[in-house]
Amino acid sequence: MMTLALALRNLARNRRRSLTTLAAIVVGAVAILLFGGYTRNIRYGLQEGFVRTSGHLQIQHKGYFLYGTGNPAAYGIADYERVMDVVRHDPVLAPMVTVVTPTLQLGGIAGNFDAGVSRTVLATGTDVDGQNQLHRWNDFGFPGTPQPVALTGTAPNAAVVGEGVARVLQLCGALGVHRCATPDGPATMPTQSAEADSRMPADLAALSAQESSGRPPRPDTRIELLAATARGAPNVATLSVVKAENQAVKELDDVYVALHLAQAQRLIYGADPPQVTAIIVQLHHTAQIPAARARIEQLLATTLKSQPLEVHDFETLNPYYGQTIGFFAAIFGFISILIGVIVLFTVGNTMSMAVVERTPEIGTLRAIGLRRSGIRTMFMVEGMLLGLAGSILGIVAALALAFLINHGGLTWTPPGRTDAVPLTVRVWGEPVPMVGVMIALTLVTVVSSWIPSRRGARINIVTALRHA
Amino acid sequence: MQAATLTRIAKTYRIGSVQLQALRAIDLEIRGNCLTAIAGPSGSGKTTLLNLIGCIDRPDSGDLVVAGVAVGKLSDDALSDFRASHLGFVFQSFNLIAVLTAYENIEYPLRLTGMPAAQRRERVLAMLEAVGLSAHARHRPGELSGGQQQRVAIARALAGAPRLVLADEPTANLDSHTGAGIIELMRRMQREHEVSIVICSHDPQVIAAADDTVLIRDGRIESVNRSKDSPVTSAPGPQPDLQLAGARP
Repeated sequence: MMTLALALRNLARNRRRSLTTLAAIVVGAVAILLFGGYTRNIRYGLQEGFVRTSGHLQIQHKGYFLYGTGNPAAYGIADYERVMDVVRHDPVLAPMVTVVTPTLQLGGIAGNFDAGVSRTVLATGTDVDGQNQLHRWNDFGFPGTPQPVALTGTAPNAAVVGEGVARVLQLCGALGVHRCATPDGPATMPTQSAEADSRMPADLAALSAQESSGRPPRPDTRIELLAATARGAPNVATLSVVKAENQAVKELDDVYVALHLAQAQRLIYGADPPQVTAIIVQLHHTAQIPAARARIEQLLATTLKSQPLEVHDFETLNPYYGQTIGFFAAIFGFISILIGVIVLFTVGNTMSMAVVERTPEIGTLRAIGLRRSGIRTMFMVEGMLLGLAGSILGIVAALALAFLINHGGLTWTPPGRTDAVPLTVRVWGEPVPMVGVMIALTLVTVVSSWIPSRRGARINIVTALRHA
Repeated sequence: MQAATLTRIAKTYRIGSVQLQALRAIDLEIRGNCLTAIAGPSGSGKTTLLNLIGCIDRPDSGDLVVAGVAVGKLSDDALSDFRASHLGFVFQSFNLIAVLTAYENIEYPLRLTGMPAAQRRERVLAMLEAVGLSAHARHRPGELSGGQQQRVAIARALAGAPRLVLADEPTANLDSHTGAGIIELMRRMQREHEVSIVICSHDPQVIAAADDTVLIRDGRIESVNRSKDSPVTSAPGPQPDLQLAGARP
């Protein structure tokens, strides 16, 4: 108690120096907490985005994740309704699961044959109701209500394409896509070129011309999707594009097509029993992934062992998530270390000056019977008090600043998104980082006090008393 | 019983390549329950001798027994405990802890000995009363005059009922009137508390008040004058349960 009181009074002895040191610790704590809150918001935002589209876990045919994109039909899940039922009604999984919904991915060629253009695409057949349920997940309390997916309430042959697909297929005008200029170069397919016409047999050219002239004008947004069926034969579906959506990442935007699951299944499986390439499982909380995964793996090995299935979490399915989190964690770690070093030297300097100034006092205390360890403790307690007070004040300041930032109306566009979102720093409601900063900074100050306190404790008593 | 016995004590300081022999084979006995003055010109070795008796410095050679304990082989921690329990110090510049009040300054060494709070309080109040500073208990050193600060220092030195109090030029920073008051106080306290006090000084008032006077010159004892009628009584020896090498109680 006396040591604590003595430390407090000694800190108050040179107020300006103590306040300057305290300010350095406060600024350090604020910087760590605000940047930590910012990166945390990015992590939550990314996670929310992935979980809303692809769930926490996906049950897939064994090998589909690594090899299936080349031939999705070969990696279909047969009797997928049963698999979904087992997952939905399992007593262990049921309390954790929010949505179980199927999806079918396929590769094909989308063409706007009126315009004479086509391109390869990656199409996804989804269950609209399931997708809308997935979109309602908001475990991190982000503001706003999620909009229903664009396929909601559309005809069975409706499709949504990426803006890149719309641009290539010359659907921009009809779909109202901005920044979509008409290409300068030839956009027609080679089969429609004059050279090709000249090589085409005369009877076929005549038939083609007759067909074209006699056909009624088609809706502007109709496209044909050509894909290989599960049996390897070509099949075509005529789709009505209802919307072009920017997918943020150009590589995806240039190939993205979404259609109703039933439509996609007809295209791939025709009259055969329909299959899917993945069953999306969304959980209440991300922390439930290990438990849910373990249970699903158990089910796949027992109840559902009739076909080779495996389960992947969203981090495996979306390596971009891990890379982004790792990137921000590295920056955060670097900044934290930098701040820690600054605090270390600031407090160390303050304590060194205190030891020099109080050398006669050290001599007196040692003479009247205080051990070396008592001198060390005295200075280290002062450092600890500085660290504690600085980090607590820093937490309060960070909370106040975070409130101002979060209510300042600032927005930004995160990576992987097309729309601006409010600039948010998550400090409030996150006790772990706050306690972590308090412990870390207090430890840093104690460590930085250790060397000066050790030096103070080792001063020869007679030498120290000569400074009086 | 002797308060301190020095046998063939020598101390040499090394300042760079220069060696300075501060004390040369000193033999001395400090009598118990006496006020002893150590006098001599500047640089004669007075303070070095006082520091050795006060166990805040170690001799290069010789044997030193303080309050019945051979302190030469005690560890640093054991010496700290020994000082807290058996010795008191009064310094030329008072050396009070600036952030503590007069009460707390007197109380501090008692805390080091592990004295219970109630007993501590009683002792501190008694010491404040004895030095006439009861009204200044809550004052910090900066709020006290030089004489008052030195009285607090005397109270601090005597609070733990030490066997020996060492005072280094206690009147040097005071005017002669205040200095005389301090000497009188120390003389009175020495008699009331039956403690040995060793004062290092060249103040004639101190030498006049002393029972014994040790004159030192060039690191050697030139003379020891002991007054025949000094009230020497047998002082108690060291506590039998004293833990010299271990932790405090």
